[in-house]
Amino acid sequence: MRTIRLNGEEHRLDAPDDMPLLWAIRDILGLTGTKFGCGMGLCGACTMHMDGQPIRSCVTPISAAEGREITTIEAISKDSVGEKVQQAWVKVGVPQCGYCQCGQVMSATALLSRNSSPKDSEIDEAMSGNICRCGTYNRIRKAIHTASADLKGGA
Amino acid sequence: MEKTFENLTITNHGIDRRGFLKGVGATGALLLTANWSWSQEQEKKYGGEGMSGGIKNDPKLFIAISQDGTVYITCTRSEMGQGIRTSLALVVADEMEADWKKCRVVQAEGDEEKYGNQNTDGSRSMRHWYEPMRQCGAVARAMLEQAASFGWGVDPEDVRATKHSVVFPRGRRRAGFGELAEAVARLPVPSGAAIRLKRPNEFRYIGKEQTLSADGEDIVSGKATYGADIRSVGMVYAVVARPPVFGSKAESYDEVDALKVKGVLKVMEIEGATAPSEFKPIGGIAVVAENTWAAMKGRDALKIKWSESPNDSYDSKVYRKSLEEASTKSGKVIRSEGDLDEAFASARKKHAATYYLPHIAHAPMEPPVATAVLKDDFLEVWAPTQAPQAARTHAAERAGLPLEKTRVNVTLLGGGFGRKSKADFINEAVEVAKAFPGKAARVQWTREDDLRHDYLHTVSAEYLEASLDSRGKVTGWLHRSVAPTITSIFAPDQRNQAAFESNMGHGNVPFAVPNLRIENPGIDAHTRIGWFRSVSNIPHAFAAQSFVSEMAEEAGKDHLKFYLDLLGEDREIDPRDMNDGWNHGEDPETYTVDTARLGKVIETAAKEAGWGKRSRKGRGLGLAVHYSFVSYVAAVLDVEVKKDGSLVIHKATMAIDCGPQINPDRIRSQMEGSCLMGIALATTGEISFENGTPVQSNFHDYQVPRIPLAPKEIAVHLVDPGKEVELGGVGEPGVPPIAPALCNAIHAATGKRIRSLPIGDQLA
Repeated sequence: MRTIRLNGEEHRLDAPDDMPLLWAIRDILGLTGTKFGCGMGLCGACTMHMDGQPIRSCVTPISAAEGREITTIEAISKDSVGEKVQQAWVKVGVPQCGYCQCGQVMSATALLSRNSSPKDSEIDEAMSGNICRCGTYNRIRKAIHTASADLKGGA
Repeated sequence: MEKTFENLTITNHGIDRRGFLKGVGATGALLLTANWSWSQEQEKKYGGEGMSGGIKNDPKLFIAISQDGTVYITCTRSEMGQGIRTSLALVVADEMEADWKKCRVVQAEGDEEKYGNQNTDGSRSMRHWYEPMRQCGAVARAMLEQAASFGWGVDPEDVRATKHSVVFPRGRRRAGFGELAEAVARLPVPSGAAIRLKRPNEFRYIGKEQTLSADGEDIVSGKATYGADIRSVGMVYAVVARPPVFGSKAESYDEVDALKVKGVLKVMEIEGATAPSEFKPIGGIAVVAENTWAAMKGRDALKIKWSESPNDSYDSKVYRKSLEEASTKSGKVIRSEGDLDEAFASARKKHAATYYLPHIAHAPMEPPVATAVLKDDFLEVWAPTQAPQAARTHAAERAGLPLEKTRVNVTLLGGGFGRKSKADFINEAVEVAKAFPGKAARVQWTREDDLRHDYLHTVSAEYLEASLDSRGKVTGWLHRSVAPTITSIFAPDQRNQAAFESNMGHGNVPFAVPNLRIENPGIDAHTRIGWFRSVSNIPHAFAAQSFVSEMAEEAGKDHLKFYLDLLGEDREIDPRDMNDGWNHGEDPETYTVDTARLGKVIETAAKEAGWGKRSRKGRGLGLAVHYSFVSYVAAVLDVEVKKDGSLVIHKATMAIDCGPQINPDRIRSQMEGSCLMGIALATTGEISFENGTPVQSNFHDYQVPRIPLAPKEIAVHLVDPGKEVELGGVGEPGVPPIAPALCNAIHAATGKRIRSLPIGDQLA
C-alpha cells in the first residue's frame, strides 16, 4: 500500500510503482474528471497539478507523486484562479465535446497563476501541449483573457 | 453527481434514472397517451421520415414535468460537441414557455422504435428534429394552459403560459408549471390542428444569441460522463491486441507472460470478421485485468502469431500510383452534359491538374471505449455512440439476446466525427462482458489502437481538366474522382463511389458549363473506409475549388469574379437535373441547389475579408466555397508563409447560409471547429500504409493543430437566405472549403500550388 495526497486528502491505494497517476486516480480512486487521450504526454487531456505545476499524469508514475500535493479538476474550483477559469469557460462557451477541456482548464489555471495577464503569444506557448480536436482554440484564448480580466476586477 | 443504480455507479448527465422515473411518475408527470402525429402520407419519404425509425413527435416521449417545476426534456440524438443536447432542448423549452434554468436534459437510450431515428450523422439532427420538437413543446404549452383554465373555471382563451407559469391576467392568477403537473397529466391530448406554434417574434431562445449549455458546467468541472467514466464495484478492464493488418487473425498466441502481470485476470480471443466486416470487430486477443494499466502491460507481454492477409502488401506509395493511373482513364460516368470532346477539341486553352488526398483518421480526443454488463439474461451497455440503435442491434446479436433484453445507454461522446457510428468497439465490450457475467466490463482503446484500427477517411486522386474560350469562359469541365468507397465495408467487390459519395461535390457541381463530364474509375479498398466529418466533400471540394483558382489564373481573371461567372445566373437547380437522386435524403422539390445563395456566401466572405486588397510579400488571401449537407459555406483565409515555410493563419473569414439559424452561437462554434479540422487535414493529416499497417501511431506522427496554428481570428458570418427556405446542416459543411481556401491563399502568397495533401514540409 502507498499513500498519495490528492485534492487535500490522503488516500491509500495498492498500485505498482510504474502505474501512471492517471490510471491510479481514475481506476483505483475513482475520480474520472481527468481524461486519457494519448498515453504519451502528447495531448494534455490528462493534465493535473503536482505542487501547483501542470503535469501529464498519463506518463507520471505514481511513485513520483509521493510527498507531493496532487490537484485534479475535481478540486480546482477551490482555487480562486481555477474557479474564474471555469466560469470564463462557461461564459465564453468554450467546450464542444468537452473531453479535453478539463486538461485545458488545468493548464490555463497554471498559466494564470503565474502570469495574470498573458498575451496571446504567451497563451499559445503555455497551452500548446493541450490538443482540442474540436478546434476550440480561439475561444480558449478568449476565455483566458476573460478570466484574466475577472481576476483583476476581483469579480 | 454520482448515484448508485443497482450494483453500478453511474453518472447519467446529472440525473439519476431511478430517481427520475420515481420522482416524475409518482408526482404526476405530463404523460400524454394519444398516438399523435403530424406526419403526412408521402409516396417517397424524405428527411427525417425517410430515416430508420422515422420521426416521433409524441410529447410524452420527450417532456416530463415534476411537481417541483423541473422540466425534463429528453434528447435522442448523441452529443459529440455540436451542442445538440442544448439546442434541441432549447427549442422545446421555448415553445412550451419553460424557463431554461429549470430544464434538465435527459439522454435517451438507444431505441428507434420508441424515439424515432437516433443516428447522429449527416448534419441532420436539427433539420429533422426542429419541427417535431417545436410541436412537442407547443402541445405541452397548450395543455398547461388548459389545465390551469379548467382549475380556475375560466376560458382557456383567456390564459397564457409565460416563463414557466400559466397566468390569467384579468383574474391576476398564476400557477407554476410544477403546480399544474398533476392536472395536466389527466388531460386528453389536443388534436394537432388545435396547436398553435409560436410566431418568430415570440421566441425566447430560438435564434437568439446565447452561450447557454446543458453540459458546460459539468464539462469544466469534470462531472460530465463520457464513455470511460461509467464505474462499478468489481468492474474489469480490457485492452485488445488487434491484427496489425486488416484481414489477418491470430493463428496462435502465448499468454503465459501476460498472465504473470499483477492484476491480469484473463486472456481471451475475440472473434473477428474479415472484409466486408461492416461494424463488426476485426478480432484479436483481449487482456482483461483489474485496472487499465495492468491490462495494457499484459497486452505488451502477449506473444501473438498473426496470419497472412490479402492486404499485407497495402502500401500507400504504390497505391497512390494506382489511383493516379486510374484517374488518367475514363471510368463510370456519373453525369454527362453537352459534348465534352468537342469542347476540348475546339478550346482556345486547356488546363489539367491531378490532386491527391491521403487517408485521414478521425482521432477524437476520446478514443473508442465501451462498458457492458451481462446479468440475469439482460445486457446493459454504456457507450459514446453516434448510432445507438445500431449499437443495440449489434450488442444484442453478440450476446444472443432479443432487443428488449438489451439496453444501450448513450454517454457524452468525447468527439465522434463519424468514427463512433461504428459498433466494433461496443461488440468487443460485449464479448468481454460475456466472459465475466454480472460484472461490468470495459474495453478501452489506446490512441495507437485508434489510429491503427480506424474506419479511415478514403484516399483519392482527383483529375480535373477544363477548357476556356477566347473570352476566358469555361466551355468544358471534366472531373474524375478515384477513391476506395465506404460501401466496401458492407459488400464485396465494391469499386465505385456510391450516390452518397458522388453527390458530395463531384457529380452535383452547380456550374453553368455547357459541356461537362463527371467520371469515377473504380479502385479496390485495402482497409476499412468510413465516414469522416463531411466525407467525400473533402477531396471533391479540395480538387474542384483548387482547380477553379487555377483556371482563373489561366484565364487571367480574378478568382472571385471567375467563380461567380462559372456559377452563372441565379437559379435553383433541381438536384435530379444534376443526376443526383440522393440529395442528402431530402425532398428535391424543397431542397434545391440555389446558386444565388452560393453567390451570397462567397460575396459575404470576400467582402468581410477585404478581398481585392493588396497583401505584402509572403502573405495572401485564398477563397473557396462549397455546397454540402444542404447548406452553403464560403471561406477566405488570410495566410502568411514565413521564410522557413511555416504558416501563420492571420484570419479565417467564414460565411454560412444554413437556412433558419436556431442556435447561432453553436453554428459559429461549429464553423470555428470545422475551420480547425480543415486546417488539420490540409497541413498534417495523413495515415499512410506500409506492409498493410498504418505508419502513424500517436499524436507525434499523426499531428493535429495545436493552439499556435489556430487562426489569430475566426470571423463567422451567418448569412440570412433572404427568403423562406428549409433548414440546412451545420456540423459538417464548414469543413470542405477550408483546405482549398488555405492552399489558394498559399498560392496567392507564394505562387506555389499545393496539389497534394497534407502540405507537410512542401513549403520548406
